[in-house]
Amino acid sequence: MIELTEVAQSAIKQALEKGATDAECTITEGQEFSASVRMGEVETLKEAGSRGAGLRVLIGKRMGSSYTSDLTPEGIRQMVASAVDLARLTTEDPMSGLPDPSELGSIPGDLQLFSDEVAGLSTDRKIDAAKRAEAAALSFDPRITNSEGGSFDSNIAGRVFANSRGFAGSYRSTYCSLSAVPVAAQNGNMERDYWFTLARDFSGLESPELVGRTAAERVIRRLGAVKVETQRVPIIFEPRMARTLLNNLFDAVQGTAIYRQASFLAGKIGQKIASDKITLIDDATLQGLFGTQPFDDEGVPSRRTPVIEKGVLKSYLLNTYTARKLGMKTTGNASRGITGNAGIGHGNFFLEVDPNYAKAPEQILAGVKNGFYVTELIGSGVNTVTGDYSRGAVGLWIRDGELAFPVSEVTIAGTLQEMLTGVAEIGNDLEFRGSVSAPTIMIGEMTVAGR
Amino acid sequence: MAFSDSFFAAKFGITQHDLESYLSEALSRGGDYADLYFEYLATSSIGIDESIVKSATQGVSLGLGVRVISGERTGYAYSDDLSPEKIRHAAQVAAMIAAGPAKVEKTPLEEGPRRNLYPVFTAPSETAFRERVELAQRADIAARAYDPRVFQVQVVYADNLRQVLVATSDGMLNWDRQPMTRISVFVLARDKDGVPQQGHAGGGGRHELDWFRNVRTPEYFAKEAARQAIVQLGAVEAPAGEQVVVLGPGWPGVLLHEAVGHGLEADFNRKGVSAFSGRIGQQVASPLCTVIDDGTIGGRRGSLNVDDEGHQSQRNVLIENGILRGYLQDKLSSRITGAHATGSGRRESYEHIPMPRMTNTFMLAGDSAPEDVIRSVPRGLYCANFAGGQVDITSGNFVFSASESYLIEDGKLTRPVRNATLIGNGPEAMKYVSMVGNDLKLDEGVGVCGKEGQSVPVGVGIPTVRIDRMTVGGTA
Repeated sequence: MIELTEVAQSAIKQALEKGATDAECTITEGQEFSASVRMGEVETLKEAGSRGAGLRVLIGKRMGSSYTSDLTPEGIRQMVASAVDLARLTTEDPMSGLPDPSELGSIPGDLQLFSDEVAGLSTDRKIDAAKRAEAAALSFDPRITNSEGGSFDSNIAGRVFANSRGFAGSYRSTYCSLSAVPVAAQNGNMERDYWFTLARDFSGLESPELVGRTAAERVIRRLGAVKVETQRVPIIFEPRMARTLLNNLFDAVQGTAIYRQASFLAGKIGQKIASDKITLIDDATLQGLFGTQPFDDEGVPSRRTPVIEKGVLKSYLLNTYTARKLGMKTTGNASRGITGNAGIGHGNFFLEVDPNYAKAPEQILAGVKNGFYVTELIGSGVNTVTGDYSRGAVGLWIRDGELAFPVSEVTIAGTLQEMLTGVAEIGNDLEFRGSVSAPTIMIGEMTVAGR
Repeated sequence: MAFSDSFFAAKFGITQHDLESYLSEALSRGGDYADLYFEYLATSSIGIDESIVKSATQGVSLGLGVRVISGERTGYAYSDDLSPEKIRHAAQVAAMIAAGPAKVEKTPLEEGPRRNLYPVFTAPSETAFRERVELAQRADIAARAYDPRVFQVQVVYADNLRQVLVATSDGMLNWDRQPMTRISVFVLARDKDGVPQQGHAGGGGRHELDWFRNVRTPEYFAKEAARQAIVQLGAVEAPAGEQVVVLGPGWPGVLLHEAVGHGLEADFNRKGVSAFSGRIGQQVASPLCTVIDDGTIGGRRGSLNVDDEGHQSQRNVLIENGILRGYLQDKLSSRITGAHATGSGRRESYEHIPMPRMTNTFMLAGDSAPEDVIRSVPRGLYCANFAGGQVDITSGNFVFSASESYLIEDGKLTRPVRNATLIGNGPEAMKYVSMVGNDLKLDEGVGVCGKEGQSVPVGVGIPTVRIDRMTVGGTA
């Protein structure tokens, strides 16, 4: 990483020599491995490493950027020349610029993002995990007759960031994941579903048998799905689907959408926008989790930002540029790959569960006479400008507090505004499986469109 | 053009002998088949927001992928360094999928047939950056001038030039130069103190930059985006439940992509996990429907001289008069099932394993006048534009989201309706097609298809089509 930090600093120095007034450089490196098995046999093995560098330069208030996969001195020299040339062609943007030096920094301590174990895992052990996950799914029920396989993925990544205002930092991270995708058939109709586990190291994964069994249970309960009549009913989102609502909310609270007034939450800071039960947090400082990092992609230290507290909108998620546009301070949410300008990302973005009103999922279910428990959503029918929401849904119909029969080929629709204020119950089943996490959520009423 | 004049030979000094030696290395442990895919990709993009050129980016990436197939197993490795040592290392890693002595008699490389479906002399990425900035600025100005209710305009111009080289152990050697360009315009409009609505339009293809001056101007896309945003200002809630749906011509062809296309990709069918598996020769759509996937249309976004496995793209009939005719193949599937290549093996980049993918997917025109199709509907929904779609290929259920649609009342388009999702089942939905217009139109060239984490550019098209029954996911 020291070597790559020097490459980044050299790129910045060259940019300043060529007339840039400020510059920042990101370098990433990664080694990926993936193994997939299908019907007990290895299907693919993939292994490789790659690196890339991205540079953003400012000449006064004009900005240009470039990237390369060629980290040789000649490759870096061309990247620098390209960014500086482009900065002379763009328009002055009064709000452009790097963070103030006082805003730069990195949070201390071991964030537990890296495990030495991952590099030393044998290929056989990884294939074995994928095989066992798939086998557990296939043996669960005779109706599971086919499979899209089991797979194991691991990744070792490094990231370097440096800028002309004196910041230089780097960190490494690892992850492993294991998944199974069984296919079940009944009366000539097929369904598939999946389950996965994700951890910073191999030992943090759920057992392959549990992954396979969970995937199998999920696909079996989908068999024999019917379309229901169009009606308005309570909707329960299982945690995996409740997470998708948080993704929609992220799109609506990120600074670019806010300053462009392209969000139904623009201008709503301090207002009650959701049920009292909603407290939404962004926190990139939590040890070992998947949204954790020591600093953001502009070199601003990670932090905890309450976005919604007891239904009141408290903060947007901002990088330096969007903060300046809004007359606010960055929240340390700059995010970028190696190409282009910094956008906005989230850390660990989750609904906080208050034990005073969180309920066990079964208890929430027990309170519903006639409703829809959603286990999968498809399509892109969420408009965060207006809040209009309409997506294809799969799940289980609720009758008298119990999951009665599977449902598919229907949609659920409403508006995000009504859904937020209509949150009736929150589950106590929050778990961090990825960087966005939510418990079971029940919404008072939405339109299910079917027959 | 001989191989010695091709991009990778000229720029990196790669010879046929080198390629054959790398392929031997890849097969050194007994694989049945190996291929090499070299890729050099130069990209540029320009972003305008609030009439300011806020971003200008360009860059290059370069690499090679080595694949080895042993039975139904695939080994894959890649390198972003084209030095002989790194290529050999990648070949050795990919070779590990097989276990045993080298056994394949390798076929000497022979240059494949060549043609040019996109004769672009100067690719947009080879023009002066300032020219491209000016085109993007024209779109910004036109969108703002369209209507005083327009208050935010964002323009993204993007182009790339991809050079690829494919060499295979069964003797195929082919290469291609693939230009691409696109302008996208995003508009927000609102009535005084009202709720903003958005409009989006864009287009492009494998064209020279002059295409934006002579064929489809930045103003054309800008006005279209602004028009859609303004239309939405008066929109009412979408109906909920089963409706008669009429699809307008062009981009609504995304229906075919989701309802039919993905389900006909050979990987899913070989494994028996598609709702279309084992249904060749069966009626899966109304007899009015003939669906084609054609990678050979000049200049189109989904077109390819050669696919990413070295085969020439072609015109494939997927559904003929409602009868399922064939699947889209990649090398692995056609090796296993003995099917003929369809030129459909594609990948996002050298880091990715190829899969069967669509190119330009469309339905042939029918006999009906489009006005008659609309006039035939007493009550229903007319969809002019879609935002995108998704399919679960196993159950066959698909959705797509209408971004511009209108109520049909007594055979006339009346009020615009807000975002509605349409949902159906692939092998069933198309059986309800009862009228097909004579107005086939292809989309403007912005489509991106995602599958298993890989994105590739595609095209779609459809004439005006009446579907007697489809579920509309509104709230009214």
